[in-house]
Amino acid sequence: MSRPEDILPPDLFYDDNESRKYTTSSRIRSIQASMTNRALELLDLQEPSMILDLGCGSGLSGEILSDVPEDEGGPHVWVGMDVSASMLGQALERDVEGDMLLADIGQGVPFRPGTFDAAISISAIQWLCNAETSDVTPEARLKLFFDGLYQSLKRGGKAVCQFYPKNTAQRTMISQAAIKAGFGAGILEDDPDTKSVKLYLVLSVGGGDVTGAVQGMDGVDVMDARRQDRKRGRDVKSKKGSKAWIMNKKAQMEAKGKIVKSDSKYTGRKRKIAF
Amino acid sequence: MKVLTLNFLTCARKTCKQNPAAFPLHPKEAELEQIETDINPLFIQNMLPRLDWEAMKTVTNELGLPNLPLETPTAEALVDESSGEPSQTLKDLHSLLMETSVASGKLVCANCGHEYAVKEGIANFLLPSHMV
Ligand SMILES: C[S@@+](CC[C@H](N)C(=O)[O-])C[C@H]1O[C@@H](n2cnc3c(N)ncnc32)[C@H](O)[C@@H]1O
Ligand SMILES: [Zn+2]
Repeated sequence: MSRPEDILPPDLFYDDNESRKYTTSSRIRSIQASMTNRALELLDLQEPSMILDLGCGSGLSGEILSDVPEDEGGPHVWVGMDVSASMLGQALERDVEGDMLLADIGQGVPFRPGTFDAAISISAIQWLCNAETSDVTPEARLKLFFDGLYQSLKRGGKAVCQFYPKNTAQRTMISQAAIKAGFGAGILEDDPDTKSVKLYLVLSVGGGDVTGAVQGMDGVDVMDARRQDRKRGRDVKSKKGSKAWIMNKKAQMEAKGKIVKSDSKYTGRKRKIAF
Repeated sequence: MKVLTLNFLTCARKTCKQNPAAFPLHPKEAELEQIETDINPLFIQNMLPRLDWEAMKTVTNELGLPNLPLETPTAEALVDESSGEPSQTLKDLHSLLMETSVASGKLVCANCGHEYAVKEGIANFLLPSHMV
């Protein structure tokens, strides 16, 4: 299947027809909901917060933020940015609670410094790797985006961006741009090495180091390449998906200095999508 | 576009961002609407220190809304002392920040003069590439 990012610019790809199909698909709704919930878990917000939703689309991610119950630190208030008028039209039809801007996040983030407690972006920022016209480069757009995002967040604020890089080059280009803007950054992988792998770029304002970015986050461990006392256990061949296999994969990733989830009682079980 | 959001939005042009005149954006030919929502006291309390009260006064005045107090209300003023319930101040803030919004009109940058159109509550911040 070809990637939408390779076919058309986002505002043309998400036309009226595609936006309606996207927003009404129960499969898409459940995937976007579970990723948004995961992002919220990583943000670990304790109180009703002001959140920026980058590439908010028809509000599938945003409405989860509005629905966080009081006893879980919500409800939050969000402002969304999206470049597709049709997607925003769907959001209006669904009466979402957030305010929205028709805006290209590759042109910057037009809010005064320290506006937001946090930001999320679900399945959007890989679009920034495609420059649609000859007078802009992906690098310049990524810079405007991450510089603007950094500014718009309060000190100590966090952003979690789930994204679908086309390849390692895009993944590197995106995370490097975030680091250049001043973020402490780490990438978390859910279901690594499976077809449904999900990547979360975890960013923090006020820390040049990954450890700071994910400190206090639930279920995330920062893997330090300097840590030598881990058993690798590569000689044990284990069944794909089994607990032992996952532990082994984790060890391999730890060795590469990636962030992986800390071992929890859920390790090796299928996760339920929560609604 | 809620009055709350207007207290944070700036001109999107890079050349304006550093300029104090690029905030707040000034509503023009604005049509207002009032949309009821549940009150979220803790959210409002969290946002209080972040509000630019001078900009609040300017924008509400330009929107033809009633005059605001001279200073930002304090966190203590949000609860009614005797009952512990939301105070009138909190209810007023809620109604102004969260329930009053610009349904249509324009938002104008005082620095560069650019007008951002608002339709159905959504502001158009797309810039032609020479203006980025
Ligand atoms: C897969 S949808 C996700 C929408 C929403 N976050 C959700 O979870 O349902 C990706 C969205 O990113 C938006 N997008 C892509 N590039 C963008 C850009 N440069 N600026 C703003 N939005 C963009 C698209 O218009 C689209 O609505
Ligand atoms: Zn301007």
